[in-house]
Parts: sequence; structure tokens; C-alpha cells
Amino acid sequence: MDNMTIIAVASIAIAGITTGFGCMGPALAEGRAVATALTSLAQQPDAAATITRTLFVGLAMIESTAIYCFVVSMILIFANPFWNHFVAPAAGK
Amino acid sequence: MHLSPDQIVFWHYGFLKLNATIVFTWGLMLALALGSQLITRKLSMNLQRARWQNLLEIVITAIKAQIKEVGLPNPEKYMGFLGTLFLFIATASLCTVIPGYEPPTGSLSTTTALALCVLVAVPVFGILDQGIGGYLKSYLEPTIMMLPFNIISEISRTLALAVRLFGNMMSGVMIIGILLSITPFIFPIVMTALGLLTGMVQAYIFSILAAVYVAAATRTRAKET
Repeated sequence: MDNMTIIAVASIAIAGITTGFGCMGPALAEGRAVATALTSLAQQPDAAATITRTLFVGLAMIESTAIYCFVVSMILIFANPFWNHFVAPAAGK
Repeated sequence: MHLSPDQIVFWHYGFLKLNATIVFTWGLMLALALGSQLITRKLSMNLQRARWQNLLEIVITAIKAQIKEVGLPNPEKYMGFLGTLFLFIATASLCTVIPGYEPPTGSLSTTTALALCVLVAVPVFGILDQGIGGYLKSYLEPTIMMLPFNIISEISRTLALAVRLFGNMMSGVMIIGILLSITPFIFPIVMTALGLLTGMVQAYIFSILAAVYVAAATRTRAKET
């Protein structure tokens, strides 16, 4: 395998692994957050506005970790810096 | 397949480039400014009022109430900045129903610019509220040991704001693009609807987080009084 193939294989495999593993943690965390919010909503329906607002902000914060993983894998596939680094010399040959 | 609307170039001359991000941002700015100009041209104070005035009043009152709930006692002072952030991001994601439109917030340059605005605005509001000395002292709390961590948090939250908005908007466009090539009938519509929801939530989150940061920078004074 030449350099390009190694880079392509590594990028694609790691991109999948990144999103796959990177979504697990946030998924568990979001589940816990929503479950706790539902419990407190059932206990205190009066505080619904505050709980919902805090829940949304918290969910967005948790979700952003998954989004970081997604951005990294998108960069690996569509805008890989190493790819361009090796394509330019190969095209010049 | 392209990662951001930066790559669609309409016109370029030398190193001046006019890409889709800039064009759609200008379009949104024009639409927002002209729209509010037209609506506020004849405001009525009595019970008979135009539909559009009602719409604007609902939006303004809701934003004001949200800012107040975060812990900023007089929201009018921060309305111009936080409200503009919310309106711009919300309109940018709502307009995705228009065919051929790419949300400018799906480009990292736009979201970085917005996050940098927040980075600059938070100290400005803090200094306006408690003076330079009072604001700088908030970096030394609770102890002087926390100074580097406070500075790091200032930078990392700016990065997080930018990447969060970019990632969400870009993933929406990307998923619709991928689905269009796999199942072109029903699913893209469902995902577009979901993208509208995500866009509104992200606009809300962005402006609420900015409001929370402003509130944190101006809080010490409110606590003392």
C-alpha cells in the first residue's frame, strides 16, 4: 500500500470509530439528563419553565461533545489536511 | 459534496472573493433590516394594530422575558446585542425551507465571527457595569490561583460556541445531502423539519449562553446591592 491508500483507509476507519464512540457518552448522558428532568417535572410541575430551560441548555452543552466528534470525522473524510499534503506532490510528479 | 457554503464562489477578482456565505449573510441582513424598518414605520399605540406589529411585539417580549430570567435585571441594555444574535441565527436556520439557500451559519467563519462578537461584548458589558478594576478583579476569584483557568475558560467557551453552532448547522445540511442521494422521497422532508427544530434550539442556546456569560460578567455588582 502506498501513502495515499494508508491515509484513506485510516481516515475512513477512524472517522467511523470517532462518531461511533463519540456518540455513546453523550447519548448516555442525555438519557440521564432527560430522565432526571422528567422526574423533577413530575414532582414539581410549577417549576416547569425553569426546568425546561435548564434542560435545553444542558442538553445543548452535552450534545456539543457529540458534535465535536462529528466535526472531526467530517474533517477526516471531506477536508483531510494530510490528504492534500500527499495529493499535491503526487499530482506534481 | 462540500463542507461549507464558503466553497461556493459566485464572483472573484484577485483575492477578493464573493462566496455564498457572504451573499446569504447580506441577504439576511437586508431582509431583517428592511423588514423591521417597514414594520416599525407606522406603529400604533391603541388596540387596533397591524399583524406584523403584533408578531414583532411577541418576539421582542419573549426575548426580553428570557434575558430577564437568566439574571439580567434590565434587559433593554442588552437587548440590542443578544436579540440581534438570536434573530440572525434563527432567521438563518428558518430560511432553509427556501430552495437553493445555504445557511450562512453552516460555515465556520460566520460562527467564529459571532463567537468573537460574544468574546468582545462580554468584557465590554462587564466594564460598563462595574468598571475596569471591578471587572478585572473577577478574574482573580475565588483565588489568584484561578487566573489562568479563568482565561482558558474564556477562550474555550468561545471555541465551543463557534464549533457547536457550526457543527449543528453543517450536520443538518450534510445529512439532508446524504439522504437525498439514498432515499430521495420522504426522509429528506422529515430531516428538514428536524433541522428547523435544531436550528431554533441552537439559536436559543447561542443567545442564552451569551446572556449567561454577560450575566456572569455583571453579576458581582448585583449581588452586592
